Amino acid sequence: MEQDSVSNLADQPLGTAVRVVSVDWDRLESGEARRLHALGIDRGAVLKLAHRGIFAGRDPLAVEIGRMTVALRREHALAIAVEDAGEETVHPAQDFGSAK
Amino acid sequence: MTKGPLTVALVGNPNAGKSALFNALTGARQKIANYPGVTVERKAGRMLLANGAPAELLDLPGSYSLDPTSPDEAVTRDVVLGHQEGQRQPDALIVVLDANNLEQHLVFAQEIIALGRPTVVALNMIDLAARDGLVLDAKALEEALGVPVIETVAVRRRGLPDIAAAIGNVVEHHPDHAPLPAHVDMVERRVSARAMAKGAIISETSHRRLHRGLDKLLLHPWAGPPILFALLFVVFQAVFAWATPFADALDAGVGALSEAAVTYLPAGLLRDALTEGVLAGVGSVVVFLPQIVILFFFILVMEATGYMARAAFLMDRLMAGVGLSGRSFIPLLSSFACAIPGIMATRSISDPKDRLTTILIAPMMTCSARLPVYAVIIAAFIPATKVGPGIGLQGLILFALYVAGIVGAMVVALVLRRSVAKGQASGFIMELPRYQWPRAKDIAIGLWQRAWIFLRRAGTIIFTVTVVLWLLLSFPQARPGESQVDASFAGKIANGLAVVVEPIGFNRDMALALIPAMAAREVAVSSLATTYAVAAEDEDEAAEALGVQLARDWTLPMALSFLAWFVFAPQCLSTIAVARRETNGWKWPAFMLAYLFGLAYLAAGATFWIATAAGL
Repeated sequence: MEQDSVSNLADQPLGTAVRVVSVDWDRLESGEARRLHALGIDRGAVLKLAHRGIFAGRDPLAVEIGRMTVALRREHALAIAVEDAGEETVHPAQDFGSAK
Repeated sequence: MTKGPLTVALVGNPNAGKSALFNALTGARQKIANYPGVTVERKAGRMLLANGAPAELLDLPGSYSLDPTSPDEAVTRDVVLGHQEGQRQPDALIVVLDANNLEQHLVFAQEIIALGRPTVVALNMIDLAARDGLVLDAKALEEALGVPVIETVAVRRRGLPDIAAAIGNVVEHHPDHAPLPAHVDMVERRVSARAMAKGAIISETSHRRLHRGLDKLLLHPWAGPPILFALLFVVFQAVFAWATPFADALDAGVGALSEAAVTYLPAGLLRDALTEGVLAGVGSVVVFLPQIVILFFFILVMEATGYMARAAFLMDRLMAGVGLSGRSFIPLLSSFACAIPGIMATRSISDPKDRLTTILIAPMMTCSARLPVYAVIIAAFIPATKVGPGIGLQGLILFALYVAGIVGAMVVALVLRRSVAKGQASGFIMELPRYQWPRAKDIAIGLWQRAWIFLRRAGTIIFTVTVVLWLLLSFPQARPGESQVDASFAGKIANGLAVVVEPIGFNRDMALALIPAMAAREVAVSSLATTYAVAAEDEDEAAEALGVQLARDWTLPMALSFLAWFVFAPQCLSTIAVARRETNGWKWPAFMLAYLFGLAYLAAGATFWIATAAGL
């Protein structure tokens, strides 16, 4: 992966599929880290930013993962490095055409 | 094999539809209690197996894994592993999967199946999956998982007999020493979950169009919050407007009972105890059943539809401003019905400081027990005029009282998070469940449970307190020319307290109402009713509505001050008891009592003096 295409989840435009490149677990409190992990937000997961909250900072964020929507804070999203998922590698849950 | 009825437990991710399946399998025969030593709700019911034998079914708290992040999840792990004190290890497990979210739910399912216990998988909400254009192959899933997979639709009772049959089968044919599968970690499980989900999905078309559309509107940064507040406003208007005919009917019923007692019973102490004590007291509380049912109806519907999590999402930023998270919003909203389930719902908050703060401010949310107090006072002192189309002044005042509680709670949270509960602001990670049409049966069961709890309170605590109060009010008997209330024990106690509350505008009757209201707030109404019934000069006056008597005896500033007191006063022994249990000691409940009484005193005093100065 090229470093320059990697950015954090918080800054993604709404509705664009991205793949998690790495998660800076040390930035997260351990309980929160475990919860994100349990929800499947980990290296390799394909996510899509669906909604931003109200008020300044547009916090919290709603993230689609598979067929699930998860709310998390901007500070969590800042710890999640992502890259463009690209059309051909989109996970089946997001791409109906490729499902067998 | 096992002696006695089998124990079967439902496990699965949150929002897998476990509770709906539980309701469908057990009907209304449910027992709700707590696991010993913890405050996690234990929901148990009776289901019938295929051979007609009964089994006890447990509905375990939803979990994402056996590595718990909250007390709820810890109970699920301990019960499943047989480590929960006082709970036999379940003989069989039913893993509930949301058919729409296989990829996620299969991760936990594999973890459970790997335990090697007799297990059946319920592929639940298969109808919603079909609606969303998802066609699944249960057989493929069964092969991949190695345990029976049964398609279920809890609400239409589809698949229920198959579940019962499969449980009997797996328990009977389960080898005593099943070879445990090789240990795999979460990442490996996730990879295989993805593969299994892919293998089980035959075809997939439209993708949650309804879900997306609704979220687009309800989570819209500008449209979402006004919709939430409009909804809450409608709830409070409905609580007042819709309940009236039912409350009037109940009131008439109590009046008729009282008249019948006067007609058919010989005059004497027993008749007085029945009419002035029991019927005046308990009756005045029971008439609020319709309002409580309506409030709970809205809360249950918001939970069942999935809107509650959206409300938490919308409120998170605001809650973050006072050092809490959107997660606290749900316990706080539940506290509008009753602080007890609200405080218990704080278990889902993992951060201890966050949780403590939420527990401490929960009693400030206007619970349904305050409604009787508010309703009586508002009806007696606030004219039923319209201040705008569809907006009544009475409903507006009620709304203002709710807002006062919320604002007070937010200010206190801000202070607590910077003092006694200081700590890093916590995060907010929460699944937003799919929208669902609420199931009438589940709502009905929920309403019935809440109504029954309320009526049981009326029949026990409130009954006892009103009878004791009546005795204290009736003895010693007044000499001719002396007021009965003045002569009674209760009057003497109240005279002592009246000195303390006089500066905030309370008269002796109000002081008297505060004492028994410690048992439960709504008793304030029944004690006022009992006091005025005992004090009445004749039968006609005694039969007058409480509101008429209040309007004659109290001034408007006094009434407003009484309302302000009840916004803050921690007048509920059960709440204090729950706070003690949840915080493991008397320190925090004592703190809660002190600060809430202080606030109540200040608020009532300020209200009284400002209203008096304003010439109201």
